[in-house]
Amino acid sequence: MAIELKMPALSPTMEEGTLAKWLVKEGDEISSGDILAEIETDKATMEFEAVDEGTVGKLLVDEGTENVKVGTVIAMLAEEGEDASSLEAPSASSEPTESKPADEEKPAASSAEIMTQEQPKPKKADPEIPEGTNMVKATVREALRDAMAEEMRLDERVFVMGEEVAEYQGAYKVTQGLLDEFGPKRVIDTPITEYGFAGIGTGAAMGGLRPVVEFMTFNFAMQAIDHIINSAAKTNYMSGGQMRCPVVFRGPNGAASRVAAQHSQNYAPWYSAVPGLIVIAPYDASDAKGLLKAAIRCEDPVVFLENELLYGKSFELAQLDDHVLPIGKARIMREGSDVTIVSYSIGVGLALEAAEKLAEEGIDAEIIDLRTIRPLDRETVLESLAKTNRLIVAEEGFPQCSVAAEIQAICMEDGFDNLDAPVLRVCNEDVPLPYAANLEKMALIDSDRIIAAAKKVCYVD
Amino acid sequence: MAKPASANSGSGKRRASPRKSTAKTESSANSQGAAQDENFALHSLQEEFEKNKRYKASEEELLTFYEQMLLIRRFEERAGQLYGLGYIGGFCHLYIGQEAVAVGVQSALEEGKDSVITGYRDHGHMLAYGIDPKIIMAELTGRQAGISHGKGGSMHMFSTEKAFYGGHGIVGAQVPLGAGLALSHQYKDDGGICATYFGDGAANQGQVYETFNMASLWNLPMIFIVENNQYAMGTSVKRSSAETEFYRRGTAFRIPGMKVNGMDVLEVHQAVHVAADHVRKGMGPVLMELETYRYRGHSMSDPAKYRSREEVQNVREHSDPIEHIKKDLMEMGVSEDKLKQLDKDIRAKVADAADFAENSPEPEASELYTDVLVGNY
Repeated sequence: MAIELKMPALSPTMEEGTLAKWLVKEGDEISSGDILAEIETDKATMEFEAVDEGTVGKLLVDEGTENVKVGTVIAMLAEEGEDASSLEAPSASSEPTESKPADEEKPAASSAEIMTQEQPKPKKADPEIPEGTNMVKATVREALRDAMAEEMRLDERVFVMGEEVAEYQGAYKVTQGLLDEFGPKRVIDTPITEYGFAGIGTGAAMGGLRPVVEFMTFNFAMQAIDHIINSAAKTNYMSGGQMRCPVVFRGPNGAASRVAAQHSQNYAPWYSAVPGLIVIAPYDASDAKGLLKAAIRCEDPVVFLENELLYGKSFELAQLDDHVLPIGKARIMREGSDVTIVSYSIGVGLALEAAEKLAEEGIDAEIIDLRTIRPLDRETVLESLAKTNRLIVAEEGFPQCSVAAEIQAICMEDGFDNLDAPVLRVCNEDVPLPYAANLEKMALIDSDRIIAAAKKVCYVD
Repeated sequence: MAKPASANSGSGKRRASPRKSTAKTESSANSQGAAQDENFALHSLQEEFEKNKRYKASEEELLTFYEQMLLIRRFEERAGQLYGLGYIGGFCHLYIGQEAVAVGVQSALEEGKDSVITGYRDHGHMLAYGIDPKIIMAELTGRQAGISHGKGGSMHMFSTEKAFYGGHGIVGAQVPLGAGLALSHQYKDDGGICATYFGDGAANQGQVYETFNMASLWNLPMIFIVENNQYAMGTSVKRSSAETEFYRRGTAFRIPGMKVNGMDVLEVHQAVHVAADHVRKGMGPVLMELETYRYRGHSMSDPAKYRSREEVQNVREHSDPIEHIKKDLMEMGVSEDKLKQLDKDIRAKVADAADFAENSPEPEASELYTDVLVGNY
């Protein structure tokens, strides 16, 4: 039987990739461990190794083909005794329909199009961005990288430190290219010692520098949380305003994909409970860039919570010389009159998706992206509540003591007279995040649950 | 899966330690003596220190050291009293017995260039660095005029003006923070070094070793100063530490260690000179253990039942750092009257500070909400 070689998934979140180069040709004898091809993901170029022995029959996907979906058959391998030249490609249905060699089509346009199709567009433009500004497509990853690079060009005191940020170009490639441009003095690889390097970053900020400390994920920052809270957040107050600590702690936060309980937690509610910290959790590329630049310039310590699943998503990004957004201001992503959906980070995408479907059923939802979790923009939430009289919160995180719970409290304390229904929260299930695909799906919030809650507060169905 | 590029290239090379490469070159070029010993770098500083252990202070210098130590002693005695009277609350850790450490170290640093950070037993360091006793005492009593406007208290005091970076309440947290200050010296290339103090108790914290590793790897300009006062709260060194010789604990990270008598201000001063010279040459950090003793309990609320009165009395009689220098001064020909007058002046100064701290107003209610954040959002 001929063996089908399929496009491999090379990371937990990879859905497609570019077949950069074939390292074998048809008719080659291969054995287990041989490198067959180089495959590019949005994060890295990886080598694709043979598992089986045999003769390369047909190469079914050309070199340079982009957007090859994981699982697509890319080559056929003849086993011993088979005639490699007579191998047939598998049925056409498993061929990736959209994949074409890069030179036949403008690659950037095609990939961006596919990316943005997944992300519902906000209905409302960001009022912070001047009308008529030229917009380009950019991923959240690029936006974050550009924010750091621009601030490093402007201010000699800004430097980046963390695990794999320099030579490896970032575990999630957010710091790609920074080492080349700024050198090892300003892009510092650390050993795997979160407690220690979070303390060193904090001390460097006390000493007058502007460190950007990357955590590979915020799950690992629990080892360093003493420095974030006790050393960074409290010093200005304890010193009577003498000693500032302008440090940015950044990295991915929340559930990624199939990485289970220890690697999947949203820490926004934890950090948002601490006076002295700024907590930012952007959703799209524009906010990621504008708010990271603001965070780096900020005199206060900032916890900047990114999301791994959003890194590769493309959004419209304003082409401005200096795109800096205000900290502490929520953004109305979609105007509506029937119900307000408050969210942040990855939840905003799900809320926008829910709003499209709700619109089909005649419910006009207003979406608020909090963007900054501390200080919280209470006014924007309460103003929207006064308009719609119904509010739900969508949060990818545990329900108890969540940001959602805080919004509920604010609405009850200061918006009670405007409420036509109880404020509901749509959060993850109250369990450690499971590994199994079906259980994980059950545990995480989705647009259907947001829709159901929105209908409930509208007393529909 | 993809592997990162070789760990030995790039940033590793940039920070490659001159100290390490020197040791290698010497060992291959010379088969004689110390240079043959690959670990020479780890004990070379101790050898240099042993050659001349006591700093030869002039009479004027020695008087200054004496005066500073006495100020700390009298200040702390008064703070203990004020605690008993209810003027000082919370935790209050006195420095009595350890005066030679802060005074010896500070006098060997370069003011305006070097930075300092310590834990919660911080009154002595601040006094040694010339910070006004009034605003320290007023902080202890929680008054508006205190150095942190009454918002920090005994354990959390800072003076960025004097490059004194605290005053940290979490045991061991000041160690990586100190390395961060050292990184900022290195980054700015300002020639400064950071003196990072911690106790024998903090020396068992994991973050200390994370910091040793990075400080040595990156050649950070700093001196790790272990004030070994024999007790981590109520637990003696031998009950808490597998390796009780703290100066050896940097060996695994190739940080040279020095063991110093922390009850003699002149030895401390000399040792810090040797260490600071090494650090300023870009040779990386030094770990210095200063053997000292605290006469009082861990904090004011500690009755210190874990040791005998005789043990404390023995140190007081035979190793007191202030008595030691007093004897040196008298041998130099300083009159007893002069020393008595000095003590009188210091007592007056401390009394002034206590009066000020007792009588100045508590913080304005509005202070509650200031300094939480710097910016307006």
